[in-house]
Amino acid sequence: MSKYKNILNSILAIIFALFVGAVLIKISGHSVKEAYYYLFYGAFGTSYNFAQTLLMTTPLIFTGLAVAIGFQSGLFNIGGEGQLYWGAFVTAIIAIKFTLLPGYLLIFIALLGGALAGGLWAAFPGYLKAKTGAHEVITTIMFNYIGILATTFLLKRYFKADGPVDQTVMLTKKARLPELITNTRLTWAIIIGIIVVFLVDQLLKRTAIGFDLKVVGENIFAAEYAGIKTGKYTILAMIISGAVAGLAGGTIVLGVLHRFITNFSPGYGFTGIAVAVLGRNKPWGVLLAAFLFGALEAGGMAMQLFADIPSDLMEIVQGLVILFVAAPAIFEIIFPVIKKNRGVESNV
Amino acid sequence: MKAIELKKITKKFGNTYANNKIDFSVQQGEIHCLLGENGAGKSTLVKIIFGLYQKDSGEIKINDQIVKLKGPADAIARKVGMIHQHFMLVDSLTITENIIAGAEPSSKGFINYREAERKVRDLSEQYNLQVKVDSLVGEISVGEQQRVEILKALYRNAEILILDEPTAVLTPQETKELFNVLEQLKKSGKTIIFITHKLKETMQVADRVSVLRDGKKVGTVETSQTNPAELARMMVGREVLLKVNRTQNNPGEKVLEISNLNYKNKKSGLSLEDINFSIQAGEILGIAGVEGNGQLELEEVIAGLRSFQQGNIELNSKIINNFSVKERRKNGLAHIPSDRLKRGLIQNFNLANNLVLGSEWDSPYAYYSILNYNEINKFKDEIVKEFDLRYTKNNSIAGELSGGNQQKLIIGRELSRETNFILAAQPTRGVDVGAIEYIHKLLIEMRNNGKAILLISAELDELRSLSDHLLVIYEGKIVARGSTDKFTEEELGLLMAGHYQQGGENV
Repeated sequence: MSKYKNILNSILAIIFALFVGAVLIKISGHSVKEAYYYLFYGAFGTSYNFAQTLLMTTPLIFTGLAVAIGFQSGLFNIGGEGQLYWGAFVTAIIAIKFTLLPGYLLIFIALLGGALAGGLWAAFPGYLKAKTGAHEVITTIMFNYIGILATTFLLKRYFKADGPVDQTVMLTKKARLPELITNTRLTWAIIIGIIVVFLVDQLLKRTAIGFDLKVVGENIFAAEYAGIKTGKYTILAMIISGAVAGLAGGTIVLGVLHRFITNFSPGYGFTGIAVAVLGRNKPWGVLLAAFLFGALEAGGMAMQLFADIPSDLMEIVQGLVILFVAAPAIFEIIFPVIKKNRGVESNV
Repeated sequence: MKAIELKKITKKFGNTYANNKIDFSVQQGEIHCLLGENGAGKSTLVKIIFGLYQKDSGEIKINDQIVKLKGPADAIARKVGMIHQHFMLVDSLTITENIIAGAEPSSKGFINYREAERKVRDLSEQYNLQVKVDSLVGEISVGEQQRVEILKALYRNAEILILDEPTAVLTPQETKELFNVLEQLKKSGKTIIFITHKLKETMQVADRVSVLRDGKKVGTVETSQTNPAELARMMVGREVLLKVNRTQNNPGEKVLEISNLNYKNKKSGLSLEDINFSIQAGEILGIAGVEGNGQLELEEVIAGLRSFQQGNIELNSKIINNFSVKERRKNGLAHIPSDRLKRGLIQNFNLANNLVLGSEWDSPYAYYSILNYNEINKFKDEIVKEFDLRYTKNNSIAGELSGGNQQKLIIGRELSRETNFILAAQPTRGVDVGAIEYIHKLLIEMRNNGKAILLISAELDELRSLSDHLLVIYEGKIVARGSTDKFTEEELGLLMAGHYQQGGENV
């Protein structure tokens, strides 16, 4: 499928998902007009609301990108959640322990440490896959549990702050990411996200490393034939993927929570899979998809707050978007015109 | 009586005519070959006959009745059966289950398996199509799977059988068996349409031949009134050299030497045993054998894709036993793999990326890992020009190319590097006549330029016309060797089949 057709398909998917969402809102007895007014208002209405959208977007950029890197290399990394927790945990510990460092350096080293931790955590399933053929879907799912519980354990055992909540102490001011707009919690994290998108895009498009990653992802037998060390690239892909997921955790700690709290993630790692699918595993596509999800999230909250419509409805819309993107054939049933044009591609 | 009669059948895909006003008729009880290069429109035409495609215009008659076919069900109802090139079988079901699927003999909603097996057995005996009715399809050979497909059609009472490139997946022996089956079917009054792009098969099996080129019919001839050269001319539209001109070679120094090589394939149980041979510069050494006798293992051991247990491989005076694929390539290896879609290229990559594959870390295509697409595209343009690569769109991906052009892409990539040893495995498999001619000429040219070439092929004609020396491999052992002129075709056939006591002297 061509690039433009992909974009058209995605836009159709969004429109159609919003339409089905409208039907659901109607059925549940609410005003569609009111709901979508607040949805839009909540996402874009004021600069504060827009900042909330971007705030929700940020972690999904990282986790979506992590999944996309895996897919491009032929790996289905479902372990984003566990890698995110390790990233968050190590970032927090560094930020708490190395307060003597100057601010920017401290932030840099804390995030770097978080990325390394996420990468290392993902390297294990990568190694298992390369050496024993253990399927990464199974191992990364298991590593999620281990990662989340291991960080919880370490926190409770060694780093817990006084009080009833399982969390670390607050980070010092200088270890926190500076806000872009005051009192919004929207920080430099999103800029870092965009930079990482750019870097990953360049890596995949312009470097021999990225080339080899894609070759392994497309056809592992051709990779062997061409002399690419497939095991090495499997591990490398997992490390890069895990490091990016780790940054999701790190930036939340330094930008939003300002501490590590157990069970803080509402499943960013898993939502990343949906974001990657919608973004068709292209870095810039992931950025746009994350933005859409962020807007639905922020708008959904406003909808709930002002119009008393459950924001869960927006999760349904998110799900529908993915459904329509993943199964474009649905459109062909709805719009036979597209199907007619597709006949052209049949082999002669 | 005419079993099938087509009048002015036209089918367009986008702006290209797949079939352009084709008149085509098949007599009842004959074997009719539909011959043409890849993309000539053969498959489209038979898919129209089988109801898989709808014609844009024209008329279809089956048994002298004008018919409208909306889908395969309509064709099956008129006793037309099709055996596809890629089998439509379920691996996890038994042969019987596959054959009856969709037309199960049943009573009160329960399948009567005993009845089903009896029917299948009867059919298989009647037409001499040997199958074990209760084996799982995933566990039987390709030849047997094809017999299952034929039985499937016969079970549905097919009188007209269409076979789409049935020999593409078969070994020479299986091909022979298939031809026997076809003769048998013909004797019992069935009509057979046989699609192929191989001239020899056409001459062997068909009563009449219709040749297609670029979506048009070139003509229909009786096999007894024609010859391969004429058919090739009809197919390609120009004179084709079916035999290459191999002059006396003057071999140079030893390039590859394999001594006492032993390898055991743990999966299949097949072993290479005590393989010894060497190739000199300016020499083509051919490996003859029925497929599955160790050729793939030998190819991949030499290429570095499998590690072997014992012996030595020496390339350009270096023992390369422990060399990685990359190191072997640096040491002079060029490899045209036998399975081009699996090994040789990446179907979703465009031409430029496929051509740089394997050199993506090397100057001038990359400068420390940073790719230089100016250079890569320049390289692509050179190869496209030099090897006459044909593609439709500017950014075509490899999967969209014809088989012949895919092979040219691989050969172009491999031969453009600095190498002096070419490991050419099945270099013309699934490639049309024009491209075969080109590839053969190229290999001879390489040999004359002093390269050492190991040619592994399932095509006896190819081996006999290109090789200076031949080895015959049987069950992983070399059973005969000698200069090519020493062997007759019959001798080679016998040796390949395992009758090796009487043949072959050492060089």
